[in-house]
Amino acid sequence: MSDHEYTPKSRAGKWFNDRLPLLTLANHLTDYPTPKNLNYWWTFGGILTFCLITQIVTGLTLAMHYIAHADMAFESVEHIMRDVNYGWLIRYIHANGASMFFLAVYIHIFRSLFYGSYKSPREIIWIIGIIIYLLMMAAAFMGYVLPWGQMSFWGATVITNLFSAIPFVGEGIVTWLWGGYSVDNPTLTRFFTLHYLIPFLILGLVVLHIWALHVPGNNNPVGIDIKKPSKDTVPFHPYIVIKDGFALLMFMIVFAFFVFYAPNILGHADNYIEANPLVTPAHIVPEWYLLPFYAILRSVPDKLLGVVAMLSAILILAVLPWLDTSKIRSAVFRPLYKQFYWILVADVLILGYMGAMPAEGLYLLIARVATAYYFLHFLVILPVLGLKERTIPLPLSITEPVLGGSPNMAMAKKKESKLE
Amino acid sequence: MSDKKPERRDFLFTASYAVGAVGVAAVVWPLVDQMNPDASVKALASTEVDVSSLKPGNTITVLWRGKPVFIRRRTQKEIAEARSVKMEDLIHPEKDEDRAKNPEWLVMLGVCTHLGCVPLNDKGDYDGWFCPCHGSHYDTSGRIRKGPAPWNMEVPKYEFVNANTIKIG
Repeated sequence: MSDHEYTPKSRAGKWFNDRLPLLTLANHLTDYPTPKNLNYWWTFGGILTFCLITQIVTGLTLAMHYIAHADMAFESVEHIMRDVNYGWLIRYIHANGASMFFLAVYIHIFRSLFYGSYKSPREIIWIIGIIIYLLMMAAAFMGYVLPWGQMSFWGATVITNLFSAIPFVGEGIVTWLWGGYSVDNPTLTRFFTLHYLIPFLILGLVVLHIWALHVPGNNNPVGIDIKKPSKDTVPFHPYIVIKDGFALLMFMIVFAFFVFYAPNILGHADNYIEANPLVTPAHIVPEWYLLPFYAILRSVPDKLLGVVAMLSAILILAVLPWLDTSKIRSAVFRPLYKQFYWILVADVLILGYMGAMPAEGLYLLIARVATAYYFLHFLVILPVLGLKERTIPLPLSITEPVLGGSPNMAMAKKKESKLE
Repeated sequence: MSDKKPERRDFLFTASYAVGAVGVAAVVWPLVDQMNPDASVKALASTEVDVSSLKPGNTITVLWRGKPVFIRRRTQKEIAEARSVKMEDLIHPEKDEDRAKNPEWLVMLGVCTHLGCVPLNDKGDYDGWFCPCHGSHYDTSGRIRKGPAPWNMEVPKYEFVNANTIKIG
Protein backbone atom coordinates (compact mmCIF):
# COMPACT_ATOMS: atom_id res chain seq x y z
CA MET A 1 0.00 0.00 0.00
CA SER A 2 0.95 3.65 0.17
CA ASP A 3 4.47 4.17 1.40
CA HIS A 4 3.77 7.60 2.83
CA GLU A 5 1.27 9.04 5.27
CA TYR A 6 -1.53 11.15 3.82
CA THR A 7 -3.45 13.93 5.53
CA PRO A 8 -6.35 15.69 3.78
CA LYS A 9 -5.92 19.44 3.42
CA SER A 10 -9.41 20.56 4.45
CA ARG A 11 -10.66 20.24 8.01
CA ALA A 12 -13.83 18.49 6.87
CA GLY A 13 -11.75 16.04 4.85
CA LYS A 14 -9.54 15.35 7.83
CA TRP A 15 -12.59 14.88 10.07
CA PHE A 16 -14.09 12.38 7.62
CA ASN A 17 -10.84 10.60 6.87
CA ASP A 18 -10.11 10.05 10.57
CA ARG A 19 -13.43 8.17 10.78
CA LEU A 20 -13.36 6.37 7.41
CA PRO A 21 -10.05 6.60 5.51
CA LEU A 22 -11.61 6.67 2.04
CA LEU A 23 -9.54 9.73 1.09
CA THR A 24 -6.36 7.86 1.99
CA LEU A 25 -7.49 5.09 -0.35
CA ALA A 26 -8.28 7.59 -3.12
CA ASN A 27 -4.87 9.20 -2.63
CA HIS A 28 -3.18 5.81 -2.78
CA LEU A 29 -4.95 4.98 -6.04
CA THR A 30 -4.00 8.35 -7.56
CA ASP A 31 -0.35 8.34 -6.53
CA TYR A 32 0.14 4.59 -6.93
CA PRO A 33 3.66 4.28 -8.37
CA THR A 34 3.55 2.46 -11.71
CA PRO A 35 6.53 1.28 -13.79
CA LYS A 36 7.09 3.87 -16.48
CA ASN A 37 7.81 1.27 -19.18
CA LEU A 38 4.33 -0.32 -19.21
CA ASN A 39 3.22 -0.92 -22.80
CA TYR A 40 -0.29 -1.12 -24.27
CA TRP A 41 -0.65 -4.79 -23.31
CA TRP A 42 -0.97 -3.49 -19.76
CA THR A 43 -4.10 -1.47 -20.52
CA PHE A 44 -6.40 -4.50 -20.56
CA GLY A 45 -6.94 -4.46 -16.79
CA GLY A 46 -8.76 -1.15 -17.16
CA ILE A 47 -10.56 -2.39 -20.27
CA LEU A 48 -11.76 -5.46 -18.36
CA THR A 49 -13.12 -3.28 -15.56
CA PHE A 50 -15.04 -1.37 -18.20
CA CYS A 51 -16.36 -4.65 -19.64
CA LEU A 52 -17.56 -5.85 -16.23
CA ILE A 53 -19.38 -2.60 -15.49
CA THR A 54 -20.93 -2.60 -18.99
CA GLN A 55 -22.23 -6.14 -18.48
CA ILE A 56 -23.65 -5.30 -15.05
CA VAL A 57 -25.42 -2.13 -16.24
CA THR A 58 -26.85 -3.65 -19.43
CA GLY A 59 -27.71 -6.85 -17.56
CA LEU A 60 -29.66 -4.96 -14.90
CA THR A 61 -31.66 -3.10 -17.53
CA LEU A 62 -32.36 -6.29 -19.53
CA ALA A 63 -33.58 -8.00 -16.35
CA MET A 64 -36.30 -5.33 -16.11
CA HIS A 65 -37.89 -6.77 -19.28
CA TYR A 66 -36.78 -10.40 -19.45
CA ILE A 67 -39.06 -13.16 -18.10
CA ALA A 68 -37.32 -16.26 -16.78
CA HIS A 69 -39.93 -18.86 -17.73
CA ALA A 70 -39.63 -21.67 -20.28
CA ASP A 71 -42.88 -20.59 -21.99
CA MET A 72 -42.09 -16.88 -22.09
CA ALA A 73 -38.31 -16.41 -22.13
CA PHE A 74 -37.90 -16.67 -25.91
CA GLU A 75 -40.77 -14.26 -26.56
CA SER A 76 -39.62 -11.82 -23.90
CA VAL A 77 -36.23 -11.59 -25.63
CA GLU A 78 -37.97 -10.85 -28.93
CA HIS A 79 -40.09 -8.32 -27.03
CA ILE A 80 -36.89 -6.63 -25.86
CA MET A 81 -35.60 -6.61 -29.45
CA ARG A 82 -38.77 -5.21 -31.03
CA ASP A 83 -40.81 -3.29 -28.46
CA VAL A 84 -38.64 -2.04 -25.61
CA ASN A 85 -37.13 1.40 -26.22
CA TYR A 86 -33.51 0.84 -27.23
CA GLY A 87 -33.96 -2.79 -26.18
CA TRP A 88 -32.13 -3.96 -29.29
CA LEU A 89 -29.16 -1.76 -28.39
CA ILE A 90 -28.97 -2.88 -24.78
CA ARG A 91 -29.27 -6.55 -25.72
CA TYR A 92 -26.70 -6.33 -28.49
CA ILE A 93 -24.27 -4.55 -26.17
CA HIS A 94 -24.81 -7.24 -23.53
CA ALA A 95 -24.48 -10.18 -25.97
CA ASN A 96 -21.44 -8.79 -27.79
CA GLY A 97 -20.10 -7.44 -24.50
CA ALA A 98 -19.63 -11.02 -23.35
CA SER A 99 -17.45 -11.70 -26.39
CA MET A 100 -15.52 -8.46 -25.90
CA PHE A 101 -15.02 -9.37 -22.23
CA PHE A 102 -13.46 -12.70 -23.23
CA LEU A 103 -11.40 -11.12 -25.99
CA ALA A 104 -9.91 -8.72 -23.42
CA VAL A 105 -9.42 -11.41 -20.79
CA TYR A 106 -7.54 -13.66 -23.23
CA ILE A 107 -5.21 -10.81 -24.16
CA HIS A 108 -4.78 -10.05 -20.45
CA ILE A 109 -3.95 -13.72 -19.67
CA PHE A 110 -1.54 -14.10 -22.59
CA ARG A 111 0.19 -10.84 -21.61
CA SER A 112 0.74 -12.36 -18.19
CA LEU A 113 2.11 -15.53 -19.79
CA PHE A 114 4.54 -13.59 -21.97
CA TYR A 115 5.91 -11.28 -19.29
CA GLY A 116 5.79 -13.83 -16.44
CA SER A 117 3.41 -11.74 -14.34
CA TYR A 118 2.17 -14.90 -12.58
CA LYS A 119 5.55 -15.52 -10.94
CA SER A 120 6.61 -14.74 -7.38
CA PRO A 121 5.53 -12.54 -5.66
CA ARG A 122 2.32 -12.29 -7.75
CA GLU A 123 0.94 -15.87 -7.49
CA ILE A 124 -2.16 -14.85 -5.51
CA ILE A 125 -3.08 -12.16 -8.08
CA TRP A 126 -2.80 -14.84 -10.76
CA ILE A 127 -4.89 -17.43 -8.89
CA ILE A 128 -7.63 -14.89 -8.14
CA GLY A 129 -7.54 -14.09 -11.86
CA ILE A 130 -8.06 -17.75 -12.77
CA ILE A 131 -11.05 -17.93 -10.38
CA ILE A 132 -12.49 -14.81 -12.03
CA TYR A 133 -11.98 -16.47 -15.43
CA LEU A 134 -13.81 -19.63 -14.26
CA LEU A 135 -16.70 -17.52 -12.94
CA MET A 136 -16.79 -15.62 -16.25
CA MET A 137 -17.20 -18.90 -18.11
CA ALA A 138 -20.00 -19.98 -15.76
CA ALA A 139 -21.77 -16.63 -16.13
CA ALA A 140 -21.38 -16.64 -19.93
CA PHE A 141 -22.68 -20.19 -20.24
CA MET A 142 -25.73 -19.52 -18.05
CA GLY A 143 -26.42 -16.23 -19.80
CA TYR A 144 -26.42 -17.99 -23.14
CA VAL A 145 -29.15 -20.33 -21.85
CA LEU A 146 -31.54 -17.50 -20.92
CA PRO A 147 -32.94 -16.64 -24.42
CA TRP A 148 -34.19 -20.27 -24.52
CA GLY A 149 -33.35 -20.85 -28.17
CA GLN A 150 -32.19 -24.15 -29.62
CA MET A 151 -28.51 -23.52 -28.87
CA SER A 152 -29.44 -22.37 -25.36
CA PHE A 153 -31.35 -25.54 -24.65
CA TRP A 154 -28.92 -28.02 -26.19
CA GLY A 155 -25.85 -26.21 -24.93
CA ALA A 156 -27.32 -26.43 -21.43
CA THR A 157 -28.10 -30.11 -21.97
CA VAL A 158 -24.60 -31.00 -23.15
CA ILE A 159 -22.75 -28.96 -20.52
CA THR A 160 -24.86 -30.15 -17.56
CA ASN A 161 -24.47 -33.73 -18.83
CA LEU A 162 -20.72 -33.34 -18.34
CA PHE A 163 -21.42 -33.91 -14.64
CA SER A 164 -22.99 -37.30 -15.41
CA ALA A 165 -19.45 -38.51 -16.14
CA ILE A 166 -18.72 -38.48 -12.39
CA PRO A 167 -18.86 -42.12 -11.20
CA PHE A 168 -21.79 -43.21 -8.96
CA VAL A 169 -23.21 -39.78 -8.04
CA GLY A 170 -23.11 -38.23 -11.53
CA GLU A 171 -26.73 -38.91 -12.51
CA GLY A 172 -27.98 -37.63 -9.14
CA ILE A 173 -25.97 -34.43 -9.51
CA VAL A 174 -27.37 -33.82 -13.01
CA THR A 175 -30.96 -34.30 -11.80
CA TRP A 176 -30.22 -31.92 -8.95
CA LEU A 177 -28.78 -29.31 -11.34
CA TRP A 178 -31.83 -29.61 -13.60
CA GLY A 179 -34.45 -29.77 -10.88
CA GLY A 180 -36.16 -32.39 -13.03
CA TYR A 181 -35.42 -35.16 -15.51
CA SER A 182 -34.33 -32.85 -18.31
CA VAL A 183 -33.38 -29.22 -18.86
CA ASP A 184 -36.68 -27.42 -18.25
CA ASN A 185 -38.27 -24.47 -16.48
CA PRO A 186 -36.64 -25.14 -13.05
CA THR A 187 -33.25 -25.17 -14.80
CA LEU A 188 -33.97 -21.85 -16.50
CA THR A 189 -35.03 -20.03 -13.31
CA ARG A 190 -31.98 -21.16 -11.34
CA PHE A 191 -29.64 -20.27 -14.20
CA PHE A 192 -31.17 -16.80 -14.26
CA THR A 193 -30.61 -16.42 -10.51
CA LEU A 194 -26.98 -17.53 -10.74
CA HIS A 195 -26.35 -15.47 -13.86
CA TYR A 196 -27.51 -12.45 -11.88
CA LEU A 197 -25.34 -13.33 -8.87
CA ILE A 198 -22.00 -14.18 -10.50
CA PRO A 199 -21.08 -10.70 -11.82
CA PHE A 200 -21.19 -9.37 -8.27
CA LEU A 201 -18.95 -12.22 -7.09
CA ILE A 202 -16.59 -11.28 -9.91
CA LEU A 203 -16.74 -7.64 -8.81
CA GLY A 204 -15.69 -8.65 -5.29
CA LEU A 205 -12.84 -10.76 -6.64
CA VAL A 206 -11.71 -7.89 -8.88
CA VAL A 207 -11.29 -5.77 -5.73
CA LEU A 208 -9.12 -8.53 -4.22
CA HIS A 209 -7.25 -8.90 -7.54
CA ILE A 210 -6.36 -5.18 -7.53
CA TRP A 211 -5.63 -5.16 -3.80
CA ALA A 212 -3.20 -8.07 -4.25
CA LEU A 213 -1.68 -6.22 -7.22
CA HIS A 214 -1.05 -3.10 -5.20
CA VAL A 215 1.04 -4.97 -2.62
CA PRO A 216 4.03 -5.81 -4.87
CA GLY A 217 3.04 -3.33 -7.62
CA ASN A 218 2.84 -3.97 -11.36
CA ASN A 219 5.14 -6.28 -13.23
CA ASN A 220 6.61 -4.62 -16.33
CA PRO A 221 7.88 -5.58 -19.80
CA VAL A 222 11.44 -5.97 -18.52
CA GLY A 223 10.18 -8.11 -15.66
CA ILE A 224 12.68 -6.96 -13.04
CA ASP A 225 11.86 -5.65 -9.57
CA ILE A 226 11.75 -1.91 -9.29
CA LYS A 227 12.04 0.34 -6.31
CA LYS A 228 8.95 2.39 -5.71
CA PRO A 229 8.56 5.25 -5.73
CA SER A 230 11.71 6.00 -7.74
CA LYS A 231 12.78 7.31 -11.13
CA ASP A 232 11.53 4.01 -12.55
CA THR A 233 7.92 4.82 -11.67
CA VAL A 234 5.27 7.37 -12.56
CA PRO A 235 2.13 8.10 -10.54
CA PHE A 236 -0.97 6.25 -11.77
CA HIS A 237 -2.78 9.54 -12.28
CA PRO A 238 -2.49 11.13 -14.80
CA TYR A 239 0.07 9.02 -16.68
CA ILE A 240 -1.58 5.58 -16.63
CA VAL A 241 -5.12 6.93 -16.50
CA ILE A 242 -4.67 8.73 -19.82
CA LYS A 243 -2.92 5.75 -21.44
CA ASP A 244 -5.64 3.35 -20.23
CA GLY A 245 -8.26 5.82 -21.43
CA PHE A 246 -6.79 5.99 -24.92
CA ALA A 247 -6.59 2.19 -25.17
CA LEU A 248 -10.17 1.95 -23.93
CA LEU A 249 -11.31 4.28 -26.72
CA MET A 250 -9.62 2.08 -29.33
CA PHE A 251 -11.25 -0.98 -27.76
CA MET A 252 -14.66 0.69 -27.81
CA ILE A 253 -14.33 1.24 -31.56
CA VAL A 254 -13.97 -2.53 -32.04
CA PHE A 255 -16.83 -3.11 -29.57
CA ALA A 256 -19.08 -0.64 -31.40
CA PHE A 257 -18.25 -2.23 -34.75
CA PHE A 258 -19.68 -5.53 -33.56
CA VAL A 259 -22.71 -3.96 -31.85
CA PHE A 260 -23.72 -1.78 -34.80
CA TYR A 261 -22.43 -3.58 -37.89
CA ALA A 262 -22.23 -7.30 -37.06
CA PRO A 263 -24.29 -7.88 -33.93
CA ASN A 264 -25.03 -11.53 -34.69
CA ILE A 265 -21.79 -12.61 -36.30
CA LEU A 266 -20.45 -14.12 -33.07
CA GLY A 267 -23.71 -15.95 -32.30
CA HIS A 268 -25.50 -18.88 -33.92
CA ALA A 269 -28.56 -18.62 -36.14
CA ASP A 270 -30.01 -21.71 -34.41
CA ASN A 271 -30.55 -19.66 -31.28
CA TYR A 272 -33.29 -17.69 -33.05
CA ILE A 273 -35.34 -20.92 -33.10
CA GLU A 274 -37.22 -21.55 -29.87
CA ALA A 275 -35.99 -24.43 -27.70
CA ASN A 276 -37.36 -27.81 -28.77
CA PRO A 277 -36.56 -30.81 -26.55
CA LEU A 278 -37.36 -33.24 -29.41
CA VAL A 279 -34.86 -32.00 -31.97
CA THR A 280 -31.14 -31.50 -31.53
CA PRO A 281 -29.55 -29.01 -33.95
CA ALA A 282 -27.33 -30.75 -36.49
CA HIS A 283 -24.19 -29.12 -35.17
CA ILE A 284 -23.89 -28.00 -31.57
CA VAL A 285 -21.06 -25.56 -30.96
CA PRO A 286 -20.39 -23.44 -27.90
CA GLU A 287 -19.57 -19.74 -28.16
CA TRP A 288 -16.16 -19.02 -29.67
CA TYR A 289 -14.46 -18.27 -26.35
CA LEU A 290 -15.06 -21.82 -25.08
CA LEU A 291 -14.02 -23.61 -28.28
CA PRO A 292 -10.44 -24.60 -27.31
CA PHE A 293 -11.71 -26.40 -24.23
CA TYR A 294 -14.55 -27.97 -26.21
CA ALA A 295 -11.96 -29.34 -28.66
CA ILE A 296 -10.03 -30.87 -25.75
CA LEU A 297 -13.24 -32.47 -24.44
CA ARG A 298 -14.02 -34.06 -27.79
CA SER A 299 -10.49 -35.20 -28.57
CA VAL A 300 -10.55 -37.76 -25.72
CA PRO A 301 -12.58 -40.84 -26.75
CA ASP A 302 -13.67 -41.63 -23.16
CA LYS A 303 -16.53 -39.69 -21.53
CA LEU A 304 -15.07 -39.32 -18.02
CA LEU A 305 -11.49 -38.76 -19.19
CA GLY A 306 -12.69 -36.17 -21.71
CA VAL A 307 -14.30 -34.15 -18.94
CA VAL A 308 -11.24 -34.56 -16.72
CA ALA A 309 -8.96 -33.37 -19.55
CA MET A 310 -11.12 -30.32 -20.21
CA LEU A 311 -11.20 -29.25 -16.55
CA SER A 312 -7.48 -29.96 -16.13
CA ALA A 313 -6.72 -27.72 -19.09
CA ILE A 314 -8.14 -24.78 -17.12
CA LEU A 315 -7.06 -25.76 -13.61
CA ILE A 316 -3.48 -26.41 -14.71
CA LEU A 317 -3.20 -22.63 -15.08
CA ALA A 318 -3.74 -22.22 -11.32
CA VAL A 319 -0.50 -24.11 -10.56
CA LEU A 320 1.44 -22.44 -13.37
CA PRO A 321 3.57 -20.33 -10.96
CA TRP A 322 5.04 -23.59 -9.66
CA LEU A 323 5.27 -25.40 -12.99
CA ASP A 324 7.39 -22.63 -14.50
CA THR A 325 10.75 -23.11 -12.80
CA SER A 326 12.46 -20.11 -14.39
CA LYS A 327 13.26 -17.18 -12.11
CA ILE A 328 13.37 -14.80 -15.10
CA ARG A 329 9.94 -13.27 -15.61
CA SER A 330 9.93 -11.58 -19.00
CA ALA A 331 10.09 -13.64 -22.21
CA VAL A 332 12.22 -10.81 -23.63
CA PHE A 333 15.20 -12.38 -21.81
CA ARG A 334 14.20 -16.00 -22.46
CA PRO A 335 14.91 -16.72 -26.15
CA LEU A 336 13.67 -20.33 -26.03
CA TYR A 337 10.61 -19.64 -23.91
CA LYS A 338 9.65 -16.87 -26.31
CA GLN A 339 9.43 -19.41 -29.15
CA PHE A 340 7.48 -21.94 -27.07
CA TYR A 341 5.15 -19.12 -26.03
CA TRP A 342 4.20 -18.41 -29.63
CA ILE A 343 3.80 -22.13 -30.32
CA LEU A 344 1.37 -22.27 -27.38
CA VAL A 345 -0.59 -19.30 -28.77
CA ALA A 346 -0.81 -21.09 -32.14
CA ASP A 347 -1.77 -24.33 -30.38
CA VAL A 348 -4.67 -22.68 -28.54
CA LEU A 349 -5.86 -21.01 -31.76
CA ILE A 350 -5.72 -24.37 -33.58
CA LEU A 351 -7.68 -25.98 -30.75
CA GLY A 352 -10.27 -23.23 -31.06
CA TYR A 353 -10.63 -23.84 -34.78
CA MET A 354 -10.91 -27.61 -34.30
CA GLY A 355 -13.58 -27.04 -31.64
CA ALA A 356 -15.74 -25.36 -34.27
CA MET A 357 -15.27 -28.19 -36.80
CA PRO A 358 -16.99 -31.60 -36.70
CA ALA A 359 -15.13 -34.12 -34.53
CA GLU A 360 -14.07 -36.55 -37.24
CA GLY A 361 -11.23 -37.50 -39.56
CA LEU A 362 -8.34 -35.09 -39.89
CA TYR A 363 -9.95 -32.48 -37.61
CA LEU A 364 -10.07 -35.00 -34.77
CA LEU A 365 -6.46 -36.04 -35.36
CA ILE A 366 -5.21 -32.44 -35.31
CA ALA A 367 -7.28 -31.71 -32.19
CA ARG A 368 -5.69 -34.71 -30.46
CA VAL A 369 -2.15 -33.61 -31.31
CA ALA A 370 -2.92 -30.04 -30.20
CA THR A 371 -4.44 -31.31 -26.93
CA ALA A 372 -1.36 -33.42 -26.22
CA TYR A 373 0.88 -30.44 -26.96
CA TYR A 374 -1.13 -28.15 -24.66
CA PHE A 375 -0.44 -30.42 -21.68
CA LEU A 376 3.13 -31.05 -22.82
CA HIS A 377 3.78 -27.31 -22.74
CA PHE A 378 2.73 -26.90 -19.11
CA LEU A 379 3.81 -30.25 -17.65
CA VAL A 380 7.11 -30.89 -19.45
CA ILE A 381 8.41 -27.95 -21.47
CA LEU A 382 7.97 -25.23 -18.82
CA PRO A 383 9.56 -27.14 -15.88
CA VAL A 384 12.51 -28.35 -17.98
CA LEU A 385 13.02 -25.06 -19.79
CA GLY A 386 13.43 -23.14 -16.54
CA LEU A 387 16.34 -25.38 -15.58
CA LYS A 388 18.06 -25.70 -18.98
CA GLU A 389 17.51 -22.39 -20.74
CA ARG A 390 20.40 -19.97 -21.22
CA THR A 391 18.82 -16.56 -20.61
CA ILE A 392 19.94 -13.10 -21.72
CA PRO A 393 21.44 -11.00 -18.88
CA LEU A 394 18.88 -8.73 -17.24
CA PRO A 395 19.38 -4.95 -17.26
CA LEU A 396 20.04 -3.29 -13.91
CA SER A 397 16.99 -1.09 -14.11
CA ILE A 398 14.11 -0.45 -16.47
CA THR A 399 15.75 2.86 -17.35
CA GLU A 400 18.96 1.22 -18.58
CA PRO A 401 17.66 -0.25 -21.86
CA VAL A 402 15.83 3.03 -22.58
CA LEU A 403 18.92 5.21 -22.18
CA GLY A 404 21.08 2.74 -24.07
CA GLY A 405 22.63 1.72 -20.79
CA SER A 406 26.21 1.67 -19.86
CA PRO A 407 28.28 -1.28 -21.04
CA ASN A 408 30.34 -0.70 -17.94
CA MET A 409 28.50 -2.55 -15.17
CA ALA A 410 30.40 -0.80 -12.40
CA MET A 411 29.48 2.60 -13.73
CA ALA A 412 25.85 1.66 -14.17
CA LYS A 413 25.76 0.39 -10.61
CA LYS A 414 27.24 3.66 -9.38
CA LYS A 415 24.58 5.58 -11.27
CA GLU A 416 21.93 3.39 -9.64
CA SER A 417 23.22 3.99 -6.15
CA LYS A 418 23.21 7.75 -6.78
CA LEU A 419 19.56 7.59 -7.74
CA GLU A 420 18.57 6.01 -4.45
CA MET B 1 -0.95 -25.14 25.61
CA SER B 2 -0.43 -28.67 24.31
CA ASP B 3 0.81 -30.20 27.56
CA LYS B 4 -2.01 -28.61 29.54
CA LYS B 5 -4.68 -30.98 30.77
CA PRO B 6 -8.07 -30.50 29.10
CA GLU B 7 -10.33 -28.57 31.38
CA ARG B 8 -14.02 -27.82 31.55
CA ARG B 9 -13.68 -24.86 29.19
CA ASP B 10 -12.16 -27.07 26.42
CA PHE B 11 -15.10 -29.39 26.74
CA LEU B 12 -17.47 -26.45 26.40
CA PHE B 13 -15.70 -25.22 23.25
CA THR B 14 -15.81 -28.65 21.59
CA ALA B 15 -19.45 -29.16 22.53
CA SER B 16 -20.39 -25.70 21.17
CA TYR B 17 -18.61 -26.31 17.84
CA ALA B 18 -20.34 -29.69 17.48
CA VAL B 19 -23.80 -28.27 18.13
CA GLY B 20 -23.03 -25.36 15.80
CA ALA B 21 -21.97 -27.75 13.01
CA VAL B 22 -25.16 -29.77 13.35
CA GLY B 23 -27.19 -26.55 13.24
CA VAL B 24 -25.43 -25.34 10.11
CA ALA B 25 -25.93 -28.70 8.37
CA ALA B 26 -29.63 -28.68 9.30
CA VAL B 27 -30.04 -25.24 7.73
CA VAL B 28 -27.97 -25.99 4.63
CA TRP B 29 -29.81 -29.19 3.66
CA PRO B 30 -33.18 -27.57 2.83
CA LEU B 31 -31.31 -24.96 0.77
CA VAL B 32 -29.60 -27.71 -1.23
CA ASP B 33 -32.58 -30.06 -1.49
CA GLN B 34 -34.92 -27.36 -2.84
CA MET B 35 -33.05 -27.73 -6.14
CA ASN B 36 -34.06 -31.40 -6.54
CA PRO B 37 -37.14 -32.29 -8.65
CA ASP B 38 -40.25 -30.92 -6.92
CA ALA B 39 -43.56 -32.68 -6.31
CA SER B 40 -45.17 -31.32 -9.50
CA VAL B 41 -42.27 -32.56 -11.64
CA LYS B 42 -42.37 -35.99 -10.01
CA ALA B 43 -46.16 -36.14 -10.53
CA LEU B 44 -45.70 -36.23 -14.32
CA ALA B 45 -44.35 -39.75 -14.03
CA SER B 46 -46.26 -41.61 -16.76
CA THR B 47 -47.70 -40.98 -20.19
CA GLU B 48 -49.88 -43.07 -22.55
CA VAL B 49 -49.25 -43.24 -26.29
CA ASP B 50 -51.48 -44.49 -29.10
CA VAL B 51 -49.29 -46.47 -31.51
CA SER B 52 -52.00 -47.87 -33.82
CA SER B 53 -50.88 -45.75 -36.77
CA LEU B 54 -47.28 -47.02 -36.80
CA LYS B 55 -46.27 -49.22 -39.71
CA PRO B 56 -43.15 -51.42 -39.62
CA GLY B 57 -40.10 -49.25 -40.10
CA ASN B 58 -41.77 -46.19 -38.56
CA THR B 59 -40.63 -44.33 -35.48
CA ILE B 60 -42.48 -41.79 -33.38
CA THR B 61 -40.97 -39.58 -30.75
CA VAL B 62 -42.98 -38.62 -27.69
CA LEU B 63 -42.11 -36.44 -24.74
CA TRP B 64 -41.91 -38.13 -21.33
CA ARG B 65 -40.58 -36.25 -18.28
CA GLY B 66 -39.23 -33.60 -20.67
CA LYS B 67 -37.21 -36.17 -22.57
CA PRO B 68 -37.87 -37.68 -26.00
CA VAL B 69 -38.84 -41.38 -26.12
CA PHE B 70 -38.41 -43.29 -29.38
CA ILE B 71 -41.09 -45.86 -30.18
CA ARG B 72 -40.09 -47.86 -33.22
CA ARG B 73 -42.01 -50.62 -34.92
CA ARG B 74 -39.11 -52.63 -36.28
CA THR B 75 -38.99 -54.54 -39.58
CA GLN B 76 -38.13 -58.25 -39.64
CA LYS B 77 -34.74 -57.39 -41.13
CA GLU B 78 -33.95 -55.03 -38.24
CA ILE B 79 -35.00 -57.58 -35.66
CA ALA B 80 -32.85 -60.26 -37.30
CA GLU B 81 -29.93 -57.83 -37.41
CA ALA B 82 -30.29 -56.91 -33.74
CA ARG B 83 -30.62 -60.51 -32.58
CA SER B 84 -27.67 -61.87 -34.58
CA VAL B 85 -25.05 -59.60 -32.95
CA LYS B 86 -22.51 -61.41 -30.79
CA MET B 87 -22.28 -60.20 -27.19
CA GLU B 88 -18.49 -59.77 -27.37
CA ASP B 89 -18.90 -57.18 -30.17
CA LEU B 90 -20.86 -54.87 -27.88
CA ILE B 91 -19.49 -52.00 -25.80
CA HIS B 92 -22.34 -52.37 -23.31
CA PRO B 93 -23.49 -56.00 -23.70
CA GLU B 94 -27.27 -56.39 -23.52
CA LYS B 95 -29.38 -58.95 -25.36
CA ASP B 96 -31.94 -57.57 -27.79
CA GLU B 97 -34.43 -60.03 -26.22
CA ASP B 98 -34.05 -58.14 -22.93
CA ARG B 99 -34.37 -54.71 -24.51
CA ALA B 100 -37.45 -55.48 -26.66
CA LYS B 101 -39.72 -58.01 -24.99
CA ASN B 102 -42.03 -57.83 -27.96
CA PRO B 103 -39.45 -57.95 -30.78
CA GLU B 104 -41.51 -55.77 -33.10
CA TRP B 105 -41.53 -52.85 -30.66
CA LEU B 106 -38.48 -50.99 -29.44
CA VAL B 107 -39.18 -48.35 -26.80
CA MET B 108 -36.26 -46.35 -25.41
CA LEU B 109 -35.20 -42.89 -24.27
CA GLY B 110 -34.06 -40.99 -27.34
CA VAL B 111 -31.18 -39.52 -25.41
CA CYS B 112 -27.57 -40.15 -26.31
CA THR B 113 -25.78 -41.47 -23.21
CA HIS B 114 -22.77 -39.32 -24.01
CA LEU B 115 -23.97 -35.78 -23.38
CA GLY B 116 -27.73 -35.98 -23.88
CA CYS B 117 -28.38 -35.01 -27.51
CA VAL B 118 -31.20 -36.61 -29.51
CA PRO B 119 -29.81 -39.15 -32.02
CA LEU B 120 -31.17 -39.23 -35.58
CA ASN B 121 -33.24 -42.14 -36.95
CA ASP B 122 -32.07 -44.51 -39.69
CA LYS B 123 -28.57 -43.14 -39.67
CA GLY B 124 -25.10 -44.31 -38.79
CA ASP B 125 -22.96 -47.34 -39.59
CA TYR B 126 -25.29 -49.84 -37.87
CA ASP B 127 -28.66 -48.97 -39.48
CA GLY B 128 -29.99 -47.64 -36.20
CA TRP B 129 -29.32 -44.19 -34.80
CA PHE B 130 -26.55 -41.65 -35.09
CA CYS B 131 -25.87 -38.79 -32.68
CA PRO B 132 -24.85 -35.65 -34.57
CA CYS B 133 -23.24 -33.97 -31.58
CA HIS B 134 -20.19 -36.13 -31.01
CA GLY B 135 -20.64 -39.04 -33.45
CA SER B 136 -22.02 -42.03 -31.50
CA HIS B 137 -23.46 -44.88 -33.61
CA TYR B 138 -26.30 -47.08 -32.26
CA ASP B 139 -27.63 -50.33 -33.79
CA THR B 140 -31.22 -51.40 -34.50
CA SER B 141 -31.58 -52.29 -30.83
CA GLY B 142 -30.38 -48.85 -29.68
CA ARG B 143 -27.11 -50.31 -28.45
CA ILE B 144 -23.93 -48.24 -28.62
CA ARG B 145 -21.54 -49.64 -31.23
CA LYS B 146 -19.10 -46.86 -32.00
CA GLY B 147 -18.28 -43.40 -30.61
CA PRO B 148 -17.88 -41.71 -27.22
CA ALA B 149 -21.19 -42.75 -25.59
CA PRO B 150 -20.57 -45.25 -22.78
CA TRP B 151 -23.95 -47.07 -22.61
CA ASN B 152 -26.87 -48.24 -24.73
CA MET B 153 -29.87 -45.94 -24.96
CA GLU B 154 -31.96 -46.52 -21.85
CA VAL B 155 -35.12 -48.60 -21.99
CA PRO B 156 -37.68 -47.02 -19.65
CA LYS B 157 -40.33 -48.92 -17.72
CA TYR B 158 -43.31 -49.37 -20.09
CA GLU B 159 -46.21 -51.72 -20.79
CA PHE B 160 -48.90 -52.36 -23.38
CA VAL B 161 -52.19 -51.25 -21.84
CA ASN B 162 -53.94 -52.81 -24.85
CA ALA B 163 -52.87 -53.75 -28.39
CA ASN B 164 -52.69 -50.11 -29.49
CA THR B 165 -51.57 -48.21 -26.41
CA ILE B 166 -48.22 -48.07 -24.66
CA LYS B 167 -47.94 -46.64 -21.16
CA ILE B 168 -44.48 -45.25 -20.40
CA GLY B 169 -43.39 -44.85 -16.79
